[in-house]
Amino acid sequence: MQEEEILGKAYDARLMRRMLHYLRPYAGWVALGIFLSIAVSGMEAVRPYFTKIAVDQNIAQHDMPGLLRTTLLFLGVLMVRGLLQYLNTYLTQWIGQRTIFDLRMEIFAHLQRLGLTFYDRNPIGRLITRVTNDVEVLNEMFSSGIVMVFSDVFTIIGILYFMFSMNWPLALISLSVLPLLFYGTFLFRKKAREAYREVRLQIARINTFMQEHITGMMVDQVFGREHKSYEGFKVINGLHRDANIKSIFYYAVFYPGVDLIGAIAVGLIMWYAGVEALGGSVTIGTVMAFLQFNEMFWRPIRDLSDKYNIMQTAMASSERVFKLLDDTTLVRDDDNAVALPSIRGDIEFRHVWFAYDADKKAAEPTWVLKDVSFTIRAGETAAFVGHTGAGKTTIISLLARLYDVQRGEILVDGIDIKRIRQEDLRRHIAVVLQDVFLFSGDIATNINLGNEAISHDRIVAAARVVGAHKFIERLPGEYAAEVKERGATLSVGQKQLISFARALAFHPRILILDEATSSVDTETELLIQKAIGKLLQGRTSIVIAHRLSTIQSAAKIIVMHKGEIREMGNHQQLLALGGIYSKLYQLQYKDQELPRSA
Amino acid sequence: MKPLLRLLPYLARYRRTLLWGLLTVVMSNVFTVALPVFVGRAIDVLKTGIVSGTLHRSDLVMYAGLVVGSSLIAGFFTFLTRQTIIVVSRHVEFDLRNDFLSSIQKLPLSYFQVTPTGDLMALATNDIGAVRNALGPGIMYPTDTIMTFLLVLGVLLYTDWQITLLALIPLPFVSFVVYRLGKLVHEKFEERQEQYSRLTTRAQESLSGIRVIKTYVREEHETRLFRDLSWDYLRKNLVLARVQSIMWPLMFLLIGFSLVITLYVGGGKVMDGRMTIGTLTAVFAYLSMLIWPMIAFGWVINMLQQGAASMSRLVKTMDVVPEIGDTADTNHGITSITGAIEFRHMTFRHHGAERAALNDISLVIPAGRTLAIVGYTGAGKSTMVNLLPRLYDVTEGAVLIDGVDVRRIPLKVLRGAIGYVPQETFLFSDTVADNIGYGVDRATGEEVKEAAEIAQISHDIEEFPRQYDTHLGERGITLSGGQKQRTSIARAVLRKPAILILDDALSAVDTYTEEEILLRLRRVMKGRTSIIISHRISTVKEADQIIVLHEGAIKEQGTHDELVTLGGIYAELHRKQLLEEELEQL
Repeated sequence: MQEEEILGKAYDARLMRRMLHYLRPYAGWVALGIFLSIAVSGMEAVRPYFTKIAVDQNIAQHDMPGLLRTTLLFLGVLMVRGLLQYLNTYLTQWIGQRTIFDLRMEIFAHLQRLGLTFYDRNPIGRLITRVTNDVEVLNEMFSSGIVMVFSDVFTIIGILYFMFSMNWPLALISLSVLPLLFYGTFLFRKKAREAYREVRLQIARINTFMQEHITGMMVDQVFGREHKSYEGFKVINGLHRDANIKSIFYYAVFYPGVDLIGAIAVGLIMWYAGVEALGGSVTIGTVMAFLQFNEMFWRPIRDLSDKYNIMQTAMASSERVFKLLDDTTLVRDDDNAVALPSIRGDIEFRHVWFAYDADKKAAEPTWVLKDVSFTIRAGETAAFVGHTGAGKTTIISLLARLYDVQRGEILVDGIDIKRIRQEDLRRHIAVVLQDVFLFSGDIATNINLGNEAISHDRIVAAARVVGAHKFIERLPGEYAAEVKERGATLSVGQKQLISFARALAFHPRILILDEATSSVDTETELLIQKAIGKLLQGRTSIVIAHRLSTIQSAAKIIVMHKGEIREMGNHQQLLALGGIYSKLYQLQYKDQELPRSA
Repeated sequence: MKPLLRLLPYLARYRRTLLWGLLTVVMSNVFTVALPVFVGRAIDVLKTGIVSGTLHRSDLVMYAGLVVGSSLIAGFFTFLTRQTIIVVSRHVEFDLRNDFLSSIQKLPLSYFQVTPTGDLMALATNDIGAVRNALGPGIMYPTDTIMTFLLVLGVLLYTDWQITLLALIPLPFVSFVVYRLGKLVHEKFEERQEQYSRLTTRAQESLSGIRVIKTYVREEHETRLFRDLSWDYLRKNLVLARVQSIMWPLMFLLIGFSLVITLYVGGGKVMDGRMTIGTLTAVFAYLSMLIWPMIAFGWVINMLQQGAASMSRLVKTMDVVPEIGDTADTNHGITSITGAIEFRHMTFRHHGAERAALNDISLVIPAGRTLAIVGYTGAGKSTMVNLLPRLYDVTEGAVLIDGVDVRRIPLKVLRGAIGYVPQETFLFSDTVADNIGYGVDRATGEEVKEAAEIAQISHDIEEFPRQYDTHLGERGITLSGGQKQRTSIARAVLRKPAILILDDALSAVDTYTEEEILLRLRRVMKGRTSIIISHRISTVKEADQIIVLHEGAIKEQGTHDELVTLGGIYAELHRKQLLEEELEQL
C-alpha cells in the first residue's frame, strides 16, 4: 500500500511489442473489434447529419414523407449502432479477459516452476500482487485500452470528416476553441493526478494508522493514551480531507470550464452564421448539426486522456510482470538426466557444503552446512538432533533438491541427485514438515494432493495406518469434510496425522520427517508416536527428532552443531560418549516417557 | 435509507454552508436552462434573416454573448455548488471517521480478539467512503437533477406541451434501466469480487505452500486448480461485461427514441408553421439536458442504497456499548494509587469458554514488593496480569488495589498508575523518542534518555542514524526483538508507575543485558510494586515472592530457595536451565 506509484512513460515500444504478442491468438477477433469500432464511430458521427437533412431538405421543402423516411432511417441507424456498440464492448472485454487469462496462467505456472531460492528472496505478498493486481491493470489496457483507442480516434475522425465536408470554414471556426480545451484538459489531468496521488498517500497513512492502532489498541488502552492517538489520527484524517478538498477545487473549476468552452464555440458558430447566412453558404440545418457536433466532440477527447493514464499504469505493471517472467532461478534438470523408475533407498552425503546466500556476490557465503558426510543404508532410520540453527532442516531440503549444493554431492542409490530427473527423485521421497501445510478443500484432497492415481481406498488405508481414520470418520462428511484455509478448524495433532497419511499415501521409498515440537494432549501424543513408528517401517528415513522413542529406534543418531556433524552412533554409544547428545538427552528427552506432572 | 438519518446531526453542523450550496444549485440551473432559449432565438433570427434577406447581425451577436455569459454565470454557481456541498461531505467524512476511531477506542480487548482488524479497517475506509458518496454526490446530484428536471419540464411544457409529453415517454425508462441495471451490475460485480478473492486466496496458498507442492511434485495439479479458478473468474467477468455493455447502448437507444419523436413531430409542426425552427432546436437542447438527470437519478438511488448499507454497518460497531468503563459505582474520590495488590478468590473465564482460564486465585502482593510468575505456555500468566489494568474483568471474586476493587477505581487513574510491558512488544511507526515518551503527555529529552538508560537501549539508540529522532517501522529502521523489548521497557519505566508489569518482556534479551536491566530496575522500582512474568529462572530468582501457575491455579508459591528445595515444577525448570547454560558453553 505504501508502494509509491512511480509512473513513467505511457508508451514503451519494447514492452508494447511483448504485450501485443499476447493478442496474437485472438488477432481475428481484434480485427473484428477494430472494424466494429470504426462502424460504431461512423454511425455516431452521422447523427447530426440526419438533423441537417431533416431541417434543410425535408422541413424546408415541406416534405412530410421525406421527414418520415429520414427519421425512420435515423431510428434504424440508432438501433444498429446500439447493437454494434453492445457487441463491440462485449467483444473487447472478451479479448481482454482471454488475453489476461493466458498471461495469468503463464505467470502462475512460471512461479510454480521457480526454485525455492527465488521464494526465499521474494516476499509472497509481492508475488501475489503480480498474479492478481498487476494482471488486473493489464486487463484494463487490453479490454478498454487498445481497441477503444481506435474507437475514439475514429469517432474524432468521423466528426471532423462530416464537419469539414459540410462547411469547412465553420468547422475551422468551431474547432478554434480546441487548443483551449486541450490545454485545459491537460492542466486538469496533471493537477487532478497530483491531488489524487496526495489523496492516495493520505488514505495509505490512514490505513497504516488504523492497522497499527487497532493491533496496538491494548497498548493505547493500558497506557491510557487514547486521546493522544485520537489527536494524531485527527491530523492525518484532516490531511486526507484537505487533499480531497483540493481535488474538489480542480473538478469544480474543470467541469464548468469545459461547459464554458463549449458555450464559446456555440457563440462563435452563431456569429459566423450571422456573417455568412445571407451568402447562402450556411443553412439552418448546418448550424443545428454543428451545434450537435460541438457537444459530441468532447467525449472521445476526454476518453483519450483517460487512456493515457491507463497506458501509464499498464506499462509499469507489464514491466514488473515481464521481469518476473524473465527470472530463471530454476533448479533445472540435467540434459542427460536419468530416469529412475524405482529405487532401493541408499543415501549418501559426500563432503556437502551449502549456503543460502551463495548466489549473492558476497565475499564469503554464510555456510549453513560445512563438510557434511554420512551414509544411510536402504531401510534404515537416521535421527538428526541438535539445537535450532544447527542445519538439520537444510539437510532435508537438500535431499529433496529444493536447493542445489555448492560443494560435494548427494547420492541416492549411488547416483548424484543432480543427475536424476527431479520428478523421479521427488516421487520416491515424501517430506513431512513440522509446520503442517493444509490447503483449503477437503480431507481427501489434502491426503492425495489431487493426485488421481491415489484412489479413495488408498487414502483411507493410509489414514487407517497412521490412526487418522478415527477422527476423520467423526467429521461431518468424513473424507469430504471441508478444510479451511491453513486447516484452521483442525487441531494441531489432527493436522499432523493428516500430513502423515499424506506421506504414506504416496508410497515413498524415502521418508523425511521433521517431528513437531508443539505440545499436544497425551492421547494424541500416543497416537502420533504410534503413527511415526508405522511410517518409518521398511523405508529409508531421515528424521529430525524431538521424541525419545523415535531416536531410540533409529539405527543411527547424527548430532549436528553449527553446521557440522559432531557425533554419530546409536543411543547407547552416544550416551557413553558423554558429549552433546548426553546433555541434550538429559535436557529434553529424559522425562518424555513419564506422564507429564499434572 | 433509515440508517442515513443518523447523519443528520453531522449535517446540522454545516447547515449554513449546505443551505448556500442548495441555493447555488438553483441559481446554476436557472442559467443553464436559459441557454437553449438564447440558442433557439438566435436560430429564429437567422431563419427570418435568410427568408427576408435582412439579417439583424447585432441581435445574433447579442444572443451569442448571452449564451457565453449565462454559461459563465451558471459555471460560477456550479463551481460554488461543488465548493460547498461536496466540501461539506468531506468534512462530515472527517468527523465521522474521528468519531468512529473514538468509539472503537473504548471497546475492550475481547472485542478486538474476535473482530478481524481487516473488518474494522474496511469500516473506516470503504464504508465511510460509501457514506460520503451518499452524502456529497448524494445530495448534490438529486437536488441538481430535480431542479433541472422541474425547470426544463416547465420550459418544455410552456414551449410545446404535445411534443414534450411525446418525447418524455422514453425517459422514465432511462431512469428505470439505470436503476435496474445498476443493481444487476452491482450484484454481478460482487460475484466477480468474490471470485477474485477466491483466486487471490488460492494464489496465496499455492505460493506459501510451495515447499509441500514441490516435494510432492504437485506443481501441475496446482496449476490446473488455479486454471479452473481463473477460468471461473473469466466467466464471472464476462457475465459482468455482458450486463455492463448493454447499459450504454440501451440508454442511447432510448434517448434516440426521444430525439426521433421530437424530430418527426416537431418537423411536422415547423412545416405547418405551428412552431419555429428555433424552438425545435431549443427543444432538442432541452431534451439532451434531461438525459443526464435521468441517468443520474438511477445512479443516485444505487449510491444512496449502498451508503445506507454502509452506514448501518458503521452504526452497529459504533453502538457497541463498551463492557469495561466507569460506572455509577466508581469512586471518583480516588486520584492516586500506592500499589498494594490483592487477588481474592478470583476466577476468570474467557467469553464462551467452558473451562476457567484462572481458577480461585488468592494472592497478596504488598505495596513496593516484587512478584514473579512462572509456568508453562497457556497456564494463564498473561491473563492474570491483564486483569490489573482491566483489559478484562474478573468473572468471580475480585482484584483489589490498595484495598479497593479495581472496578471501583476510575479507569483513568487505574491505568495511569500502571506501567505495562506486554508480551508482544508493540511499537508505533514513529521516532524512538516518541515511542519511549508515548506514555506521558510531554516527556523531556532528559526523561527519555534516563528511561532508555535504565532499559539498556541507550547505547543502541546512539548508533542509530538520527539517534532519538530515528523513525521506527515501515518508513524507518527495523529493530531486533531484543531492542524492541528494551524500548518497550523504557516506555513503561518513563511513566514512573506505581505498578510495573513485565510480561515475558526480557525473553529476547541476552542474559548479561538482562542482569543489567534488572539491576537498574530494582533501583528505580524501589518502593513500587512489580510483577514479572518469565520463563527464565535468572529473571525471577531475586523476586520477593514467586508463584508457579499451572492450568489456571497457583501450584507452587515461595522464594527462589524455597521453591528449589520443594523439588516441583520450579526446581525442574531450574535444573534444565543450568544444563542449558552448560551446553551453550560448548
